[in-house]
Amino acid sequence: MDELQKTILEYVKKEYVDEDSDTEVDFETPLISSGIVDSFSMVSLKTFLEKKYKISIPDVKATPEAFDSVNKIANLVTEMLKG
Amino acid sequence: MSNIRSYEERLKGFTWDIAKRELGFKDGDPINIGAFCSDRICEQGKGGKTAMIWEGFDGQGRTYTFDDVRLRSNAFAAFIRSLGIDIGERVCIFMDKIPELYIGFVGILKTGAIAQPLFSAFGEDSLLTRLQDAETSVVFTTRKHMLKVRRIREKLPSLKYIVVVDAAADTKLREGEIAFDMEKAEKPEKFDWFRATLETPSVLHYTSGTTGKPKGALHVHGSILAQHLSTKWVLDVTENDIYWCTADPGWVTGTSYGIIGPWSCGITQVVLDSGFSSERWYQTIEKYKVTVWYSAPTAIRLLMKDGTDIVKKHDLSSLRHLCSVGEPLNAEAVIWSKEAYGLPFLDTFWQTETGAIMISNYPGMPIKPGSMGKAFPGITAAVVDPKTFVPIEGFGKVGLIALKPGWPSMIRTYWNNPTTYEGKFKNGWYLCGDRASIDAEGYFWFVGRDDDVINTGGHLVGPFEIESALLEHPAVAESAAVGKPDPVNMEVVKAFVALKPGYSPSDDLQLEIMNYIRKKLSPLAMPQEIEFVPSLPKTRSGKILRRMLRAKEWNEPIGDISTLEND
Repeated sequence: MDELQKTILEYVKKEYVDEDSDTEVDFETPLISSGIVDSFSMVSLKTFLEKKYKISIPDVKATPEAFDSVNKIANLVTEMLKG
Repeated sequence: MSNIRSYEERLKGFTWDIAKRELGFKDGDPINIGAFCSDRICEQGKGGKTAMIWEGFDGQGRTYTFDDVRLRSNAFAAFIRSLGIDIGERVCIFMDKIPELYIGFVGILKTGAIAQPLFSAFGEDSLLTRLQDAETSVVFTTRKHMLKVRRIREKLPSLKYIVVVDAAADTKLREGEIAFDMEKAEKPEKFDWFRATLETPSVLHYTSGTTGKPKGALHVHGSILAQHLSTKWVLDVTENDIYWCTADPGWVTGTSYGIIGPWSCGITQVVLDSGFSSERWYQTIEKYKVTVWYSAPTAIRLLMKDGTDIVKKHDLSSLRHLCSVGEPLNAEAVIWSKEAYGLPFLDTFWQTETGAIMISNYPGMPIKPGSMGKAFPGITAAVVDPKTFVPIEGFGKVGLIALKPGWPSMIRTYWNNPTTYEGKFKNGWYLCGDRASIDAEGYFWFVGRDDDVINTGGHLVGPFEIESALLEHPAVAESAAVGKPDPVNMEVVKAFVALKPGYSPSDDLQLEIMNYIRKKLSPLAMPQEIEFVPSLPKTRSGKILRRMLRAKEWNEPIGDISTLEND
């Protein structure tokens, strides 16, 4: 789980946070509600997770709430990996 | 009893003088949207009334009275004047939905400068295109978004100042960057607001077309006549309402009906600066007892997806009137909202260029789910033949939606682009770029766009802008961007990409290109799907046949392909 969280956090920081900005993101930082990742950008994050972990996240599970922090995303990925 | 009372009665003898009387404006009087939305309301004895209940994503809230708005907008205005910004210069607001955006907008207008709101999710390329075209003098922004402006600054010779409204003590500002704190700034009791006329430019909103770069739609202070009256008659706001417009002021709904409409009526409005979540939205309605709710079909369909169980967990009994804008509202959504909230969402139709609602469903008028409704009083609307531009006789025949020019909130030109503006008028009609039919009872029924512009989540995205950005990616040889059907957003962007020699299609490349566009342009413009193709269909003259690709996505007839290369 730790590795999973770290990978997702690194990806979120790399792709969704301006490298020069002072925005700090940790495992619990709200992503969707804070606007760091908006509902359109969620698609690219979902695509990344699906490719990286070879899973398919159904639309009903890909909700703004489920993507609202790195920890929540990691829980979702774990659930999908368990099938 | 609703404000409009009887739609049919309001049609009789309608003139825009009704709006002028409502606003206490006489021909020849000075007018200024900023002053009419703040000072005027205070002069009516409503200075102590709440103008805005704001809540951030972290749950923190702030409340402002109309007197707070008046004084803080005076502070903005005095600050802008102190910078030497002249009447008609463009002052951009580039920030999330924070109070400074709303109050700053009012302040800019008070000075006579032109307010240029830009969507805060825009990437550097989108921002650059719009600031370059407008030759913007000042950008008001926040620490979060300042870096995007800073990185393109060298390409913006007209930009005099970047103003940061939330600079912290340790924020390092460079030359030409200034901190401005709305709360700490001196708030002049009186500000000598610019005496504008009905025709004085006020707001510059950028909108996308099929070809070329985004166009700056130039509005005037007189637009308030249409925005005020339609807020009263369509959105039906009354003195004690708590109004919530969910739109972002980076787009026209967020200014016409997220600032000008409600505040010119002296109405309390709620602003939630948080990403979409059904739970959060219902909490907001319950907490602030929202009565009038103006939202968008995409959001309504997301709420539908989450079902009615979540609705039942909240007390939404304060709601009394619901309207929708941005894209056609499907019949299912109207019927569902009636079941879920006991009220149907009423569809309204208009666009950046029209500045205010043109076709709508009205309180008290029988609703036909899926219909756009009827023309607003004072608006002559028709569907015209796409070749002759003559109104089509008979019912149910599809043509182009056309409006007779002359309403107060029509844009006066496209910035630096009068030729394109003039091209929107044919045979004495303004063409909206949409197709529709009219039924026997005069209701309009939306059919679709008449061009290649992609309407995603209620926002128009130009394919040309996406394709141009795609071509800047090292792997892309040629590309076409089209709208593909989407159950929530109506359309999402799909890109067809032919790769340069040496590159092969892969999942990683697809994701890389998606993120490339998202960062360069905006999340809205990011293709949600990329299809790698060996080549794109073209005419013999080399023009990419976008409509052919689009038709395939929509399962529609491809149409005439006689000009297809290698057909």
